[in-house]
Amino acid sequence: MRILTSSVGRKILMSITGQLLIIFVLIHLIGNSTIFFGPNGINAYAEHLHSLPPLVWGFRLFMLAAVAVHICYGVMLTLENKAANPGAYAVKKNLKKSFASENMIWTGLLLATFIVYHLIQFTIKGTPDIVIGLDSLNRPDVFKMVVTSFGNALISLVYLAAMVMLFLHLSHGIPSFLQTMGWNNEKTIPVFATGGKVISTILMLAYISIPAVILAGLLKL
Amino acid sequence: MNLTLHVWRQSGPKEPGKLEQYEAKNVSPDQSFLEMLDEVNEHLIKEGKDPIVFDHDCREGICGMCSQVINGVPHGGQERTTVCQLHMRRFNDGDTIYIEPWRALAFPILKDLIVDRDALEKIMQAGGYTSCHTGGVADGNALLVPKPDADYAMDAAECIGCGACVAACPNGSAMLYTSAKVAQLAALPQGKAEAAERVCAMTDAMQAAGFGNCSNHYECQAACPKGINVKFIARLNREYQKALFK
Amino acid sequence: MILDGKCPKGPIQTSWDRHRFDLKLVNPANKRKYKILVVGTGLAGGAAAASLGELGYNVEAFCYQDSARRAHSIAAQGGINAAKNYPNDGDSIYRLFYDTIKGGDFRAREADVWRLAQVSNNIIDQCVAQGVPFARDYAGYLDNRSFGGAQVSRTFYARGQTGQQLLLGAYSALSRQVKAGTVKLFARTEMLDLVVVDGEAKGITVRDLITGEIRTHVGDAVVLATGGYVNVFYLSTNAMGCSVTANWRAHKKGAFFANPCYTQIHPTCIPQSGDHQSKLTLMSESLRNDGRCWAPKKKGDNRHPNEIPEDERDYYLERKYPSFGNLAPRDIASRAAKEQCDDGRGVGPGGRGVNLDFSAAIQRVGEDTIRERYGNLFEMYEKITDENAYKQPMRMYPAPHYSMGGLWVDYNCESNVPGLFVLGEANFSVHGANRLGASALMQGLADGYFVIPYTIANYLAKTKPGAVKADHPECKKSIEDVKSYNNRLLNVNGKKTVSEFHRELGKIMWENVGMARSEETLKDAIKKIPVLREEFWKNVKVTGKGEELNQQLENAGRVADFLEFGELMAKDALHRNESCGGHFRVEHQMPDGEAKRDDENYCYVGAWEFKGVDKEPELHKEPLAFENVHLAVRSYK
Ligand SMILES: Cc1cc2nc3c(=O)[nH]c(=O)nc-3n(C[C@H](O)[C@H](O)[C@H](O)COP(=O)(O)OP(=O)(O)OC[C@H]3O[C@@H](n4cnc5c(N)ncnc54)[C@H](O)[C@@H]3O)c2cc1C
Ligand code: HEM
Ligand code: SF4
Ligand code: FES
Repeated sequence: MRILTSSVGRKILMSITGQLLIIFVLIHLIGNSTIFFGPNGINAYAEHLHSLPPLVWGFRLFMLAAVAVHICYGVMLTLENKAANPGAYAVKKNLKKSFASENMIWTGLLLATFIVYHLIQFTIKGTPDIVIGLDSLNRPDVFKMVVTSFGNALISLVYLAAMVMLFLHLSHGIPSFLQTMGWNNEKTIPVFATGGKVISTILMLAYISIPAVILAGLLKL
Repeated sequence: MNLTLHVWRQSGPKEPGKLEQYEAKNVSPDQSFLEMLDEVNEHLIKEGKDPIVFDHDCREGICGMCSQVINGVPHGGQERTTVCQLHMRRFNDGDTIYIEPWRALAFPILKDLIVDRDALEKIMQAGGYTSCHTGGVADGNALLVPKPDADYAMDAAECIGCGACVAACPNGSAMLYTSAKVAQLAALPQGKAEAAERVCAMTDAMQAAGFGNCSNHYECQAACPKGINVKFIARLNREYQKALFK
Repeated sequence: MILDGKCPKGPIQTSWDRHRFDLKLVNPANKRKYKILVVGTGLAGGAAAASLGELGYNVEAFCYQDSARRAHSIAAQGGINAAKNYPNDGDSIYRLFYDTIKGGDFRAREADVWRLAQVSNNIIDQCVAQGVPFARDYAGYLDNRSFGGAQVSRTFYARGQTGQQLLLGAYSALSRQVKAGTVKLFARTEMLDLVVVDGEAKGITVRDLITGEIRTHVGDAVVLATGGYVNVFYLSTNAMGCSVTANWRAHKKGAFFANPCYTQIHPTCIPQSGDHQSKLTLMSESLRNDGRCWAPKKKGDNRHPNEIPEDERDYYLERKYPSFGNLAPRDIASRAAKEQCDDGRGVGPGGRGVNLDFSAAIQRVGEDTIRERYGNLFEMYEKITDENAYKQPMRMYPAPHYSMGGLWVDYNCESNVPGLFVLGEANFSVHGANRLGASALMQGLADGYFVIPYTIANYLAKTKPGAVKADHPECKKSIEDVKSYNNRLLNVNGKKTVSEFHRELGKIMWENVGMARSEETLKDAIKKIPVLREEFWKNVKVTGKGEELNQQLENAGRVADFLEFGELMAKDALHRNESCGGHFRVEHQMPDGEAKRDDENYCYVGAWEFKGVDKEPELHKEPLAFENVHLAVRSYK
C-alpha cells in the first residue's frame, strides 16, 4: 500500500494518528475535569466508563494501535530525515524552525515514556504511591487515589514536565497536522501557527491545573 | 570595505574538505557577491593558486545555477534574492563571512561550492509535465483558465530549481520544489488529467533520490529566493490524498 | 560563391505547406535507428530534442549548465509574439510577417519569416497545453500586451518571466522524453569540436565539465542550438557562460558564419556601476509600455530627477517618433539614448544613462497595477541599484543583448555543412539586421517544435543510419585536437587572467564595433584584436589541470574563440558599407540621424568562410529578394 511506503503517505499516517491522539487528549481532559466536582464527579465518571468493558478495551486497543503507528513512523521518519541531511554546515542559521518543531521526536519520546508511566500508575495501579479503595457508594475511589498521588510534589512535577512536553509537541503538532492534511493556505498558515500555540497552551494549563489545585490544597480528601 | 571569508574548499567528491580563510579587500558596496568572489579569484589565480569554483550563469536571479550558503543561510538571507543578486551593500566593513555549498544527502559536492543537483532532475522526469504531443493541441483559448488559477499557477511556476529549499531544510527534503510543480499543474485544466499519477510519481522519485520528508519547519520558504509559499506543500498533500482514493 | 537559401518558390502564403509536402519522410520504424545530437537545451534545442525524441529518434542532448532548464532563454522577461489577433486589433500572419521584415530592416529572407509568422500561433497553443501559465484576463482568456516595433497587441506573457516559463515548458517536454528513454541528457558537457566525415556533420567532441574527460559522440545529424555571441562585448545581458564556442568551432570546420556584425543593443538595461561589473541586467522592453524615456534638456543637469520640472525634460522618443513614441524599435531607441548621453545630457554615474519614468503611468492606473505588471522588474532594479523606481525614474542605458547574425542556414535550417542544423539565436535566419521584441522566443520555439522535426527527416532519409562509428579516424583526430588545444591553453602560464583579456576585448568591441561604427573604428579594431589575441596566447594564465572541474579552462577556451570571432565581426561590419538595423555606420545616416541602407549594393546575406586564424576569411553572398514586401525606408515616425 502506497500510504505505508511513500514519504507523503507515512506523514499522513503520522498526522491522522496525531489527530486521534489529540482527540483522546481532549476527551481525557474533559473526563479528568470531573475531578473538580469532587469524589462524586470523577468516581461516577470512572464507574460509568468501566461499566462497558468491551467499549473500554476496544478504545484502549485502538488508541494503542494509533500510538504504535505514531511512534513507529515518527522514529522512522526522523531517522530518514537525519540521514537525508548530513548536517555538516560549519555555520547554519535557521530562520523558521522552532525548538518545538526541531524536537518533535524528543518531546514525543518523553511523552511516550510518560504515557507508560501514567498507565502503570493510574491504569494498572502499579506504582507505590497508589491508594486503592472504595468510596462511600462502593465505587473505586479514583478521587482519593489521584489526590493522594498528586499530593506528592515530585509526582506532580513529573506531570507538569510531561505537560510541558505535550505543549511543545502540540504547539508544532497542531499547525503541522493541518498542513499535512492539506487543510491550509496562505492566509491560514499564520493563523494556525498562533492557534496551535494557544490551544496547546490551554491544554497544558488545563491538565496542569489538576495537580496544581491539589498541591495548592484546594482539592482535599 | 574589507572582509574575511571562510570558504569551503574541497577538491573532489570523495576528498575531505575544509574551510579556508581569504581576505577580500577594497570591496565596493555596488559589487554583487559573486563579483566580490570573482576578485578574490583573480588574486588567487595571479598567485598561481586554484580559484574557488562556484556555480553561476545568468547572474540575474533566474537560472537557478548559483548556490551558496552564506553565513548559514542559502543565498545569504536577503528576502527573495539569489546569491548572484545579493549585493555587498548588505555587508559591513570588517565582516566575517562563511561560504559553504548546499549540503544534503541528495546533493553530493563535486568541488568547492559546486554540488550535483541531478536528483532534482529525477523528480521532474518522474512527472513534472503534461503528456501533450508536439502539435495537435487545442487552441490556446479553447480552455479558459480563471485568472486566480492562472495567477496561482504562475506563483508556483516561479521556482528556479536552485535547491536552496533542500539546502535549508533540516531534513534535506525537496518538498517545496516538488510541490511547486505539482501545484502549478494541478491548478491548470491542462494538468488535471494526470494530477494523481503525477503527485505519486514525483513524490516517489523524491524519496528515491534520497531527499527527506517534510516536517513542516518551513525553512524552505524562508530561504527560497522566489518566495515559493509552503501553501503549495499543502496543495501537494491534498493532491496526494485525492490520488490515494483513485 | 552565391549561396542558395533553397526557399520554396511561388506564393508565399502556401510556401511552407508546399515545402513540407515536398520533404522526404523517415519511416516510423526506422526513426529510432537514427541518432541526432542536439547541442543546447534552450528554447530552440530543448524544443527540438523533445519533439525529435517524441517522434522516435534516438536523441542525445547537451548543455554546459547543470540542468537543461538553465539555458539562457530562461532570462527572457517580456514576452512572445504570435499572430493570434485575439484582441481583434487588426493583426494577422501577414502583419507579423511584414513587421518582422521591416523591423529587420529588410535583411532577412521572406520565406523564413513567413513561416515563422505562420507557426507562431501553434507555439502559443503548444505552450498552453504544456501548462505554461500565461497571463489571463478576468474572463479566463489569454492576455496580450504590446511590444516595441508593433502597433498591435500580440505579445503573450507570463508575468515578467516569459522566457523562463516557455523554457520550463520545453524542459518539461524534454524531461518526459528522458523518462521515456528517447532522449539522453548530457548536462555539464561542453561541445568543443564538430566532427565532419566526408563533408557531413557526424559528431561532436565534448568536454565533460566535471571530470574533464574529452570524448566524441557520433550521430547521424548534429543540431546546434547554442544561443548568441554578444558576450564578445564582455559586458552584456547574456549569461556568463554564453559563448560563440560551439558556433565558432563548427565554423572552423566549414560552416559559414552569416552577418556576424548584426548585433542588437538593447535600450533598457541597468547602467554599469563600476569596473568590477561582470554583466549587465536587462529591464524588459515591456517597461516602455508604461515608462516614458526622458533626459534633462539642460546639459550636465544633475538635479534629482524628481526635481526637474516637466518643461525641462526632453521626452526624446515621443518627440522624435510621435506615432511609435516610447515603443520605437530597439536599435532606434538605443541610438537615441546614446545620442542624449553623447550630448552631455545623460544621468547617473558618468552620465551614461537616461530616465525611464513611470510617474505618469502610476498616476493613471495606480501603483498596484504597475506592480502587478512589472513588480519583479522593479524589485530586481532595486536590488541592483538600491533605488525605488515607484518613487523615482529608473536609469537605463543600452547594452549588448542579442545576436541576429549566426551560422548560415538554408530554409531547412541546415548549414552549408550537410547534416549540421542550426536553430534559434545561433543561426542568422529571420531577424535580418534587427530583431523585434518578443520574436526571439518565437523563433527558438518555431525552429525547435515546428521546423526541425520536418526538415531533418529530409536529410536523414538520404543517409544510412549509424554509418560513422566512434572509432572513426576523424573522431580520434578531433579528440587529439581538442586535447592539444586545451593543453596549449594550460601551458601558456603567463601573467594575465582570462577575464582580464575578456574585458580588454570587450572594451575594443564596445568602443569600435558597438552601437555606432565607422570605417576608422572598425579598422582600429581589426588592428587591435589580433595583437590582443597574440598576447593572449603568450601571456594568459590558466590554473589547474584539464582532467578536473576547471572553470578557468572553460572560460579560456571561450575567450580564445571570442578573440578570433571578434575580428570576423569587425571585418563583416567594415565590409558592410551601409547602415541597417542594429548595424549603424556613422558614415551612412539620414540627415535626421536614421540608418541609411544601401539596397543596391548590400541587399544580401554575407556569409563568411573560415580560412585559418590570421588568414582572410572568404565572403559568400546570398542575395535577398523582396517579392511580398516592398523595400522601403524604415520609418517609425
Ligand atoms: C535578458 C534577456 C531578455 C530577453 N527577453 C526576450 C523577450 O522578452 N522576448 C524574446 O522573444 N526574446 C528575448 N530574449 C532573447 C531570447 O531569450 C533568446 O534569443 C533565446 O531565448 C535564445 O534561445 P536559444 O535556444 O537559441 O539559446 P539559449 O537559450 O541561449 O540556449 C543555449 C543552449 O546552448 C547550450 N550551449 C551553448 N554553448 C554550448 C557548448 N559549447 N556546448 C554545449 N552546450 C552549449 C547552453 O547550455 C544552452 O542550453 C532575451 C534575451 C536576454 C538575454
Ligand atoms: C499525546 C500524545 C501525542 C500526540 C497528541 C501527538 C500529536 C502529534 C501531532 C498532531 C503531530 C503532527 C503530525 C503532522 O505533522 O502531520 C505529531 C507529530 C509527531 N509526533 Fe506526535 N503525538 C503524540 C505522541 C507522540 C509520541 C509518543 C511520539 C514518539 C515517537 C511522537 C512523535 C512525533 C514525531 C516525531 C512527529 C513529527 C513527525 C514529522 O514531522 O515528521 N508523538 N504528533
Ligand atoms: S522552491 Fe525556491 S528554493 Fe526550492 S528550488 Fe524552487 S526556487 Fe529554489
Ligand atoms: S546565477 Fe542565475 S540565478 Fe544566480
